[in-house]
Amino acid sequence: MVMAAEPQFHVLAVDDSLFDRKFIERLLQKASCQVTTVDSGYKALEFLGLREGFEINDPDAVSTSPVIHQEVEVNLIITDYCMPGMTGYDLLKKVKESSACKNIPVVIMSSENVPARISRCLEEGAEEFFLKPVRLADLNKLKPLMMKTKLKNQKLEEIEAPSKDESGTVAAVVEPEVKDLTEIGIKILPLQSEVEPKQVHLQVVQQEEQTMSNNKRKSVEEGLSTDRSRPRFEGITTAV
Amino acid sequence: MDAHVAQLQMQYRNYILSLYQQGFLDDQFTELKSLQDDGSPDFVAEVLSLFFDDCVKLVGNMARALDQTGTVDFSQVGANVHQLKGSSSSVGAKRVKGLCINFKELCEAKNYEGCVRCLQQVDIEYKTLKAKLQDMFNLEKQIVQAGGIVPQVDIN
Repeated sequence: MVMAAEPQFHVLAVDDSLFDRKFIERLLQKASCQVTTVDSGYKALEFLGLREGFEINDPDAVSTSPVIHQEVEVNLIITDYCMPGMTGYDLLKKVKESSACKNIPVVIMSSENVPARISRCLEEGAEEFFLKPVRLADLNKLKPLMMKTKLKNQKLEEIEAPSKDESGTVAAVVEPEVKDLTEIGIKILPLQSEVEPKQVHLQVVQQEEQTMSNNKRKSVEEGLSTDRSRPRFEGITTAV
Repeated sequence: MDAHVAQLQMQYRNYILSLYQQGFLDDQFTELKSLQDDGSPDFVAEVLSLFFDDCVKLVGNMARALDQTGTVDFSQVGANVHQLKGSSSSVGAKRVKGLCINFKELCEAKNYEGCVRCLQQVDIEYKTLKAKLQDMFNLEKQIVQAGGIVPQVDIN
């Protein structure tokens, strides 16, 4: 096993066909990505921590108790277009509507070359539209994009954790961040941001990363305001 | 180098080339092979196995859909053809894919006779391919057992 000097990207692949899942999984592994495959848009949303069109941590949701489940950082979603129930397009829309996930790049795959379909997907925010069969070269094209997103996440994390040495900027957020709750098994409630709409370049942090990354990560949605509207867990300190 | 191994390798090379030349395989198959490595040494075999399982299932579905003593649901047939076209395209099964393209048009035209004939051809074609690929895998095994390495065949 090669010790990856290059960062590991985690890709969520969605396809209802077992054959296609196997195929895209291998392709992604060959492109040095970590892969999770699911067979439907619903399962994809579940995996992302979204559910039935509203976010699990939606303040309007009936239950406000923390959801105890493991979430991992996803650097890319690649989905088939034609799927029963929820199409790839539907999934794309749901992802882009979610404040937690809208910054995850989404790529659509299809075995049919339908220009109207392609432009519809791109207009809705898909980064790319690949015709099947997808090739390794296609996936390698996505790497700069995933890298950019990953770096942005890291950068934002640095800004928000001034206790880290390399951070030169100190932003409004000064509270210690919890790095790894996997032992505790609790997920921090995300903070509903009440700040003004973010500019394109400043993206909401979806997840935090540890510099010494392991496979278990938690997902946190944070605003850049000190104005906290949700209670936070007290007494949990950094465990880096 | 062992003469026996060399001979087997030559045989293998020629066999693969003939599969391409006769249109059984296209460069997507080459792509598939390139995805196999030490980490996933059986990838091609696994994927092909899934493909042939798909063939059995889909051909069965289509046969049933076309075996109606009444109205045939061509969209149902078409949906299965679509799937088969997708997977055959992904493994590089050139002839099967080609047949599926025709088949699709026949479904759209609701050409019953044409569909039935085409389905028969698809059935023969995937089974033929399966046998050919089995021979290929057997050759690979022989080479390895003789102490040799399976050569990369350059299709150009």
